[in-house]
Amino acid sequence: MPALKLSELTIGVQAIVREFPKQGSAFLRLREMGLMPGTTITLIRTAPLGDPLEIKVRGYNLTLRKSEAEHILVEATAKA
Amino acid sequence: MSADTRSPFGSRTPVYAFVGNPNCGKSTLFNALTGLKQKVGNYPGVTVEKKIGETYSQHGHPIKIIDLPGAYSLAARSPDEAVLRDVLLGRRADTPQPDRIVCILDASNLERNLYLVHQILDLGRPVILVLNMMDLAAKAGLEIRVARLEKELGIPVVPCEAANGKGIVELRLAMSRADLPLAKHAWEIPIPIAPAVSELAASLQENDGKAPLSARAEALLLLTDQDTVRVMGSKPLHPRTSEIFRSWQKRWEGEGTDWAGSLVSSRYDAITHLCSRIVERKANVGPSVSDRIDQVVTHPLYGWLSLTAIMTLLFLSIFTFAEAPMNLIDDQTSALANWIKASVAAGDLRSLLTDGVIAGVGGVVKFLPQILILFFFVGLLESTGYMARAAFIMDRLMSRVGLNGRSFIPLLSSYACAIPGIMATRTIEDQKDRLTTILIAPLMSCSARLPVYLLLIAALLPNDHFSVWGKVGLMILMYALGTFGAFGFAWLFKRTLLKGEPPLMIMELPPYRLPRLRDIAFHMVERAWMFLKNAGTVILAISIVLWFLSAYPKAHDGATPAQQLEQSFAGRAGHALEPVIKPIGFDWEIGIGLIGSFVAREVFVSTMGVVFNTEASDDNTVPLRKAMANAKWPDGRPLFTPLVCLTLMIFYVFAMQCMSTLAVVKRETNSWRWPLFQTVYMTGTAWVVCFIVYQTGRTLGF
Repeated sequence: MPALKLSELTIGVQAIVREFPKQGSAFLRLREMGLMPGTTITLIRTAPLGDPLEIKVRGYNLTLRKSEAEHILVEATAKA
Repeated sequence: MSADTRSPFGSRTPVYAFVGNPNCGKSTLFNALTGLKQKVGNYPGVTVEKKIGETYSQHGHPIKIIDLPGAYSLAARSPDEAVLRDVLLGRRADTPQPDRIVCILDASNLERNLYLVHQILDLGRPVILVLNMMDLAAKAGLEIRVARLEKELGIPVVPCEAANGKGIVELRLAMSRADLPLAKHAWEIPIPIAPAVSELAASLQENDGKAPLSARAEALLLLTDQDTVRVMGSKPLHPRTSEIFRSWQKRWEGEGTDWAGSLVSSRYDAITHLCSRIVERKANVGPSVSDRIDQVVTHPLYGWLSLTAIMTLLFLSIFTFAEAPMNLIDDQTSALANWIKASVAAGDLRSLLTDGVIAGVGGVVKFLPQILILFFFVGLLESTGYMARAAFIMDRLMSRVGLNGRSFIPLLSSYACAIPGIMATRTIEDQKDRLTTILIAPLMSCSARLPVYLLLIAALLPNDHFSVWGKVGLMILMYALGTFGAFGFAWLFKRTLLKGEPPLMIMELPPYRLPRLRDIAFHMVERAWMFLKNAGTVILAISIVLWFLSAYPKAHDGATPAQQLEQSFAGRAGHALEPVIKPIGFDWEIGIGLIGSFVAREVFVSTMGVVFNTEASDDNTVPLRKAMANAKWPDGRPLFTPLVCLTLMIFYVFAMQCMSTLAVVKRETNSWRWPLFQTVYMTGTAWVVCFIVYQTGRTLGF
């Protein structure tokens, strides 16, 4: 399946992170929170106003804004 | 038991550090071990809470425990994390370097929790692991082989359910061990980075005087340290070390090596490998209770409804439950004042005690019930996990002015009282966001403004002429003005004074948990005490000064209180203020009221009562309103025209007139600079807005 932006993933879909920005303190922190190339994630929901996003990663729930999610490319694996 | 009961520390009390991610149950465990033997303060120079407690080993030897702030990583991004890093590395002169480290993990979320542990094991100090929330892990279908983990790492691992009191005895036992093995902690530093780490470690040892074991850890930290937070206690690097670091960075940049990223990845590789051997995932257990609650609570429609319902409940309980104790405090302070009046001869001492100390301190202590209830709710929201959901829902709106969702609850609390709101800003990681929130919080109309609004609305719209809707509309207008003003200033500050990194919203949504009332009670008492201790001295001092200003110099014998006040320093200050406030329609009498309001805004009502020689109370302002209606300028124009009442209300919306808030802001920002700035910008805004409104109104013929 082709890679798409994390911000464009359908809610409830599981995906694997394919590309992840190398620069920027936000992305280093996201890595430290366990999000990096090869990690499996599920998009749980977006907030009522569409931003931020909530994802499940390594068994816990994490939020991030669309402005970061746009730079993360994922590949959908299966419907949850 | 034949265990060695001699302490390896001799007669010295060993120091243990409690370390862990936020939401891992660290505080519950700390409270369970230390009980009431806790000391809470601040680390000097930063507003990070310092908590030290005492407990006993199984053999009766005293043990000191430092409860370090919760953190996800040693690569500090917030002052909290910087303090954690510096204490563990022994960089802070004000805190002893811990002899042993107790790492607390949420067993249901092992991988991410192990990241911090992985960094800490680098430090080469004795570590005990506590797997907390084992029950929740089991419920989530995870089976953790504790013995296997112990064997893999070579250090004690204690399974635990702190919330149910399970595992505490075992932890105390582990902490009492005379010898603790060091961890088997071999992990592969990525090949392109490894030579740099050894070179940096050697230079750190040689030039910066670091111990051999921690030099490697420091070198690793240097590579991921985002250097955004330099807290007092971290020394700058030796030039030779930073030169080595820079040359490596250059080389990596040329090669396209992502040094920080690959370090993080290799740690997670090691963790994933470890977890694959110790965690067994039983059959999928379906959506958890938390997932189901979140489906409602963060739903596009029900999410808003539940947020509104919870906040309504919060405010209803503040106003319902605070009333009785507030009246009680009122009664008690006036009883005390009467008792002093009866037992102390009339004179300056009596007046100082009753009109200065008791009136001033009592006027502030009166708000303590509200403050306590707010602390209770904030604690409740935090410990159940709803706080993070509220931030999640509100983030989009808050981002419009450059803040993030975490500012929402502190700002909302400020509608009742800015003090707990400002104290709740500690959950905001970003320092500039936090400061912005502190600066705008007092613009939210707090409950001390309510009596002033009520008095002025009643004076502006006398009962018989106007419908109740006009009054409600005016009240809403005042709240709206404060709110829009606050967001406007947030927008301005985030673009100018406190411009920072693009705001983030990287936040964990922890599973919902039942609140632990014991922990919330601890938290409440701690906060209230902090407020009384810190604000108390300032309040006492300012109360005495304000009393002195209104009691001296003495008027002739037999003068009425109004005459005394007029010719006192305060009265003269009111007169001196008149040229400044005349353009916004206020005379010297109102000026005295503004000065008096510095104790707390509601004091305006009683000060006006003295100025106009009437007995005024919050409950019965009729005589005062009559006196105000009759008040005139020397040339016979009425003083309190509808326009002046409106302008005065607007002044109260914007002006900074609360010494307790200033004392708390000083404490939370560690300097008088910010409270001073706040006073100037808020009061300045008040004057400018009032000037525009008053002059426009005059021009239009009001």
